[in-house]
Amino acid sequence: MITVQASDFIRILPQEILSAFAILVMVFEPFLPSSRKVVLGWFSLLGVVAAGAAAVRTSYSLGPAFNASIAADPFSIYFIALFLLVAALCLLGSFNYLQRDNINHGEFYALILMGTVGMCFMAASTELIMIFLGLEISSLSTYVLAGFKRHDGLSNEASLKYFLLGSFATAFFLYGIAFVYGLTGTTNLMTLSERLSRTGTGGTPLLWVAIVLMFIGLGFKVSTAPFHVWTPDVYQGAPAPVTAFLSVGPKAAAFAVILRIFLGAFHAVGSVSFQMLWLSAILTMVVGNLAALWQSNVKRLLAYSAIAHAGYVLVGIAAGSAEGVSAVLFYLTVYALMNVGAFILIAPIAGTGERALRVEDYTGLGYTRPGVAACLTVFMLSLGGIPTTAGFLGKFYLFRAAIHAHLIGLVIVAVLTSVVSVYYYLRLVVVMYMREGQPQATSEPLPLALRVALATSVIGIFVLGLFPLLLKKKGEAEASPRHTKLAQVR
Amino acid sequence: MLEAYLPVLVHFLVVLALGLIILGLSAWVGVKRPSPEKLAPYECGMPPVGDARERFSISFYLVGMLFILFDVEVAFLFPWAVVYKSLKWPGFLEMFLYIAILLAGYLYIWKKGALDWSR
Amino acid sequence: MVPVSHVLALSVILFGLGAAGFIVRRNIITIFMCIELMLNAVNLAFIAFSRYLGDPDGQIFVFFVIVVAAAEAAMGLAIIIAVQRNRQTLSIDDLDSMKL
Repeated sequence: MITVQASDFIRILPQEILSAFAILVMVFEPFLPSSRKVVLGWFSLLGVVAAGAAAVRTSYSLGPAFNASIAADPFSIYFIALFLLVAALCLLGSFNYLQRDNINHGEFYALILMGTVGMCFMAASTELIMIFLGLEISSLSTYVLAGFKRHDGLSNEASLKYFLLGSFATAFFLYGIAFVYGLTGTTNLMTLSERLSRTGTGGTPLLWVAIVLMFIGLGFKVSTAPFHVWTPDVYQGAPAPVTAFLSVGPKAAAFAVILRIFLGAFHAVGSVSFQMLWLSAILTMVVGNLAALWQSNVKRLLAYSAIAHAGYVLVGIAAGSAEGVSAVLFYLTVYALMNVGAFILIAPIAGTGERALRVEDYTGLGYTRPGVAACLTVFMLSLGGIPTTAGFLGKFYLFRAAIHAHLIGLVIVAVLTSVVSVYYYLRLVVVMYMREGQPQATSEPLPLALRVALATSVIGIFVLGLFPLLLKKKGEAEASPRHTKLAQVR
Repeated sequence: MLEAYLPVLVHFLVVLALGLIILGLSAWVGVKRPSPEKLAPYECGMPPVGDARERFSISFYLVGMLFILFDVEVAFLFPWAVVYKSLKWPGFLEMFLYIAILLAGYLYIWKKGALDWSR
Repeated sequence: MVPVSHVLALSVILFGLGAAGFIVRRNIITIFMCIELMLNAVNLAFIAFSRYLGDPDGQIFVFFVIVVAAAEAAMGLAIIIAVQRNRQTLSIDDLDSMKL
């Protein structure tokens, strides 16, 4: 018998509050004149803050909810906090952009909130069907967001490609779920893990097929090679604040699902998952970093860099240890700060209609707009993994975990490709500071909301780069109770 | 195993034969006096106007999409109705909330003018 | 009584057809229909497993999949209409304005 208790609702309080705000934004939207739509943006930001407060409340009453289909545990609270941070930064970065590019519709804010709800459910669900629903809620919102410039051909194309390949991937993920259900008779991750470890290690070929199908589906979402082909086009065509959102949010959420499924539920058949993760990590790092070398469009360059970063995260996941998981959690936060920062900064540089997007357009930016160039430099250095930035420590923890798990080959590839990546990140910096010329980039002053978002990212990168233990300790606490048995995966 | 399907096969053959016999008989026995009216495509007794591949108004697609959404969402009412009694008040409140969310969506499309047919 | 393996074979064939069609076909609407075919193959598998296991959960999952597929269909058609309005084409080969 299914019973519903009040505690169930407290354990999904952040999601409830976000949903309520999203629905209110949708209902208010038609009543506001188009000059006042930004009110809805601030209202959505209030919703994100309220959800943050709710997450704090939820963290005091942890436990399973709704018939063990959702878990409010430190792991999910960590990810929810991360998603709320990403949503807040993207909202702050989008206010001015929407007005400038004449797509000032309130639905934008509602879709950001709904996407965040979906991602929160992905991280918090311990039931495959709930994970699927979370995945779809976040995907459907982001498909529309990618095409939010309705009258722009590139944005349409991005949206269509994202939609077609995303749904294709979802079908694979779902087919994997169907097979897991058929083979084990359950879709609950705890029950699944118990049943699989009881029937012995290795699993049947059909179960391997199911695991591979699910990995294909999630691989698309985190854009690992060879499932990354959509990423550059979508990131280029989508409006820049949306790209910021999709390059971090759905990716981190899918990584949360990968951690829960492949290291949690399927740890009894860890060897299959491990080989898949290992191969995918190598391919992703090599393909992402090498392709980024040839890009002349800044958004495409950052898209390939985002692919490469998914590869680094896979290294930590392949390590399979509690140390690896905590490194992944730390890295995802760092990655969120630097990637969101870079993309929301590109929007004002590119100007109305996002015209100045080539690397050459940044020529001399270091002299005409020193503040903007300095911020972008920080993000590039952090993405490249230069010491004193958080990007360096994030990579360091990931690779250290992999070394402790004796994945020497993987670490060698990771370090070599990281070195290659420094070239293309620094190319942008060199163009900004060391080339003479008049930048094509516009010189409108940055709006206040964007400044706040950028300052948060930059300060976050330095704080985490210099005092990583502030977050790392938390990450370890989050990783340990759930994943201690994962150390024996292999 | 397969024998169980023998009646289906017999049925299929009988139906096929019957269809062929009727068509063959009418072609053989029937009188053919074609006229322009008889050769025109049948359209409920009205004279056909224009091309069949005419472009529809975009509102058709919009209303179609909205119909799919609201139609399918309501499908959840059926399993809910089966266990409604054992769910008691919490079940009722949850469905109330569900309908309220659908209502918010309805309000949105109404105010946006998606239901305004003449637009 | 049809054994579960037959139904699963049909489901695998449908899924394979959908996946192959997704890659081979060039018309956006057809590609989209291939995705729907794949989702229906999943539904068939859920139903087959549900019957095989004697567990009604599988049928409930099908409900969720149908609803999600409907939402996806509405969204997909909306996106396709937007593309058609701006580009006057429904062929996936014409949508290549972002190659380097």
